[in-house]
Amino acid sequence: MAELSYREAVARGIAQEMRRDPSLVMLGEDIAGAGGVFKTTVGLLEEFGPLRVRDTPISEQAILGAAMGAAMTGIPVIAEIMFSDFLAVCWDIVANEMAKSRYMSGGQVSVPVVIRTHNGGGSRFGAQHSQSVENWCMMIPGLKVVAPSNSTDVVGLMAASIRDPDPVVFFEHKSLLATKTEVPDGELVDTLGRANVVRAGTDCTIAALALMVPRALEAAERLATQGISAEVIDVRSLVPLDTRTLLGSVGKTGHLYTVEENPRLCGWGAEIASIVADEAFWDLDGPVVRITTPHIPLPAAEALEDMAIPSVDRIVETVAATLT
Amino acid sequence: MSTEAFDPQLLNYANRPPRLPSAVDESKGELDIPTETRVEMYELQQVLRQFEKRAYDLFLQNLVKGTSHLSLGMEAVATGFGRAMRTDDYTFATYRGHAHTLARGAPLGPVMAELLGRENGILKGKGGSMHLTSVEHGMMGSYAIIGAHLCIANGAAWSAQMRGTEQAAVAFFGDGTTNIGAFHEALNFAAVWDLPVVFVCENNLYMEYTPIDFVSAVPNPAADRAPAYGLESIVVDGNDADAVYQVASDSLARARRGEGPSLIEAITYRHGGHSRADPGKYRPAGEVEAWLDRDPIPMYHQRLLKLGVPEARLSAIQQEVAGRVEEATEFAKAGRHPGEELLFADVWADGGAAWRN
Repeated sequence: MAELSYREAVARGIAQEMRRDPSLVMLGEDIAGAGGVFKTTVGLLEEFGPLRVRDTPISEQAILGAAMGAAMTGIPVIAEIMFSDFLAVCWDIVANEMAKSRYMSGGQVSVPVVIRTHNGGGSRFGAQHSQSVENWCMMIPGLKVVAPSNSTDVVGLMAASIRDPDPVVFFEHKSLLATKTEVPDGELVDTLGRANVVRAGTDCTIAALALMVPRALEAAERLATQGISAEVIDVRSLVPLDTRTLLGSVGKTGHLYTVEENPRLCGWGAEIASIVADEAFWDLDGPVVRITTPHIPLPAAEALEDMAIPSVDRIVETVAATLT
Repeated sequence: MSTEAFDPQLLNYANRPPRLPSAVDESKGELDIPTETRVEMYELQQVLRQFEKRAYDLFLQNLVKGTSHLSLGMEAVATGFGRAMRTDDYTFATYRGHAHTLARGAPLGPVMAELLGRENGILKGKGGSMHLTSVEHGMMGSYAIIGAHLCIANGAAWSAQMRGTEQAAVAFFGDGTTNIGAFHEALNFAAVWDLPVVFVCENNLYMEYTPIDFVSAVPNPAADRAPAYGLESIVVDGNDADAVYQVASDSLARARRGEGPSLIEAITYRHGGHSRADPGKYRPAGEVEAWLDRDPIPMYHQRLLKLGVPEARLSAIQQEVAGRVEEATEFAKAGRHPGEELLFADVWADGGAAWRN
């Protein structure tokens, strides 16, 4: 057991899998010589060499195209898109090609690619370098979508994503990169499509993802002092989605809150709210409440960005005010 | 700009001067290509021509739904490359991909059945005309949004480079593709990584309904861009299978030697419109007729006769191909419409479509 930062966990997860599978390669902008602009790939060039860890031009379509073409001809690939906002530049290859090739080809084509990308706000980067775009990916059939909240999950879910034969978009949260948690030694391999109950409670369920998980946990601590017992679920994987864990928790607590960093419309919480309304309506003792970033582009100024993204205060106030 | 002064006839491209084909380069008949290879190329052109004509007939009978983009008139490009490629090379094509799929040896019946949306289609009816793929024949897919597949072909070439197999990837695309960003990203990337990939622009003079020279900064939309990526400008007569075969052989050999990518512009012409919905009325008087006179197949027929192949052999090939196309049609028509189990099949590698537990 050692304390590991989220950014070190990214490199550890990749290194674990590159040691296991000598055919696995990675490419992206500034990932090799520089160790990544977020320093998430430090040490990989030194260990695995320039043929397996490759710097590319600023050409997101060329990066993901190369990843796809190699993957469909027998070489699994990890591709980095520096900021998740840049997925818009190469969205054709993500949404139209990688996601659909297996289906369109009647099962002939397999695309074992992991697209790693740095997601989320809190860095004061403004509207084009701060977005949470996991819902863009969630709505495309054929993509798996993962967003870990802590170092242990980063390692285990990275391994699971790499070993998955389908395209996976792996969101690394920029504001979690420096956070540290104890990570078990040895090989870690997690499971896609499994949510974790990270705090048990009886009065309400708070479902959160990535940076919103530590905020939901802190909110739950404070709610406890007000006599409210909140259960916190780290959703971890949007596709596949662990609805069993979510429905089980709501069945117990009768109240559901989602805490979403994405702008309001079509956030992942809306899908969960819809599933709960369809399948657990009679378990509910009150309305499902979504706590989200408002439907606005993210502003750059510290004061404004902090108002936009769900905070611990907002979670506590919303739950306290609405729990009946 | 005042709209009153605007004369819509300025954008009636049929009023522009026709772009006429070059004369046949008879010296291509003297290239060192074995006669049997030439006969095979004749046969393949017959397959592509007769298949596409039949596909068109089946549209008219409303048996083919959706859209379709035929290669009628452009068969020599798919043929020259199809015969020059190794069986383990990779093909990437656009929505105009019937010819490139058949040129790699994919069976006619399942390809025809795919156009008809049948369960015995090569994609089980799930891809259709614009997405023909046959991985076992090295046909890695037809990509219906232009540009991406040049980048994807790079990946297959990169994979071959890493595996040390001396395989090459060939990406076919139209002239319109030269103006999309992915074309330029792919060329730079391939050049920087010395990838064994050949980019083949089938310049049929029209992006869709608009002449390519009307929307391009340079006269040869592919070849004139080659120097920007440190590549040689190569223009070939795309209506001469021998000329294409020669340039294909050279560029594939270069790729296998590890000398990197090539960009080839093959000048050709589609006899019909862009897709089944397009009557092609934007083409100037005399242009289609001039290109029909430069039809690659009668030209090749004459060349083979001159090279001593008997007429009887060529007409026997035509007849034999007609029989195969007939058989393929019957195979396709006999196929069942796909059932619901296929609707949910093959979203994921486990064969299913589940997104939740």
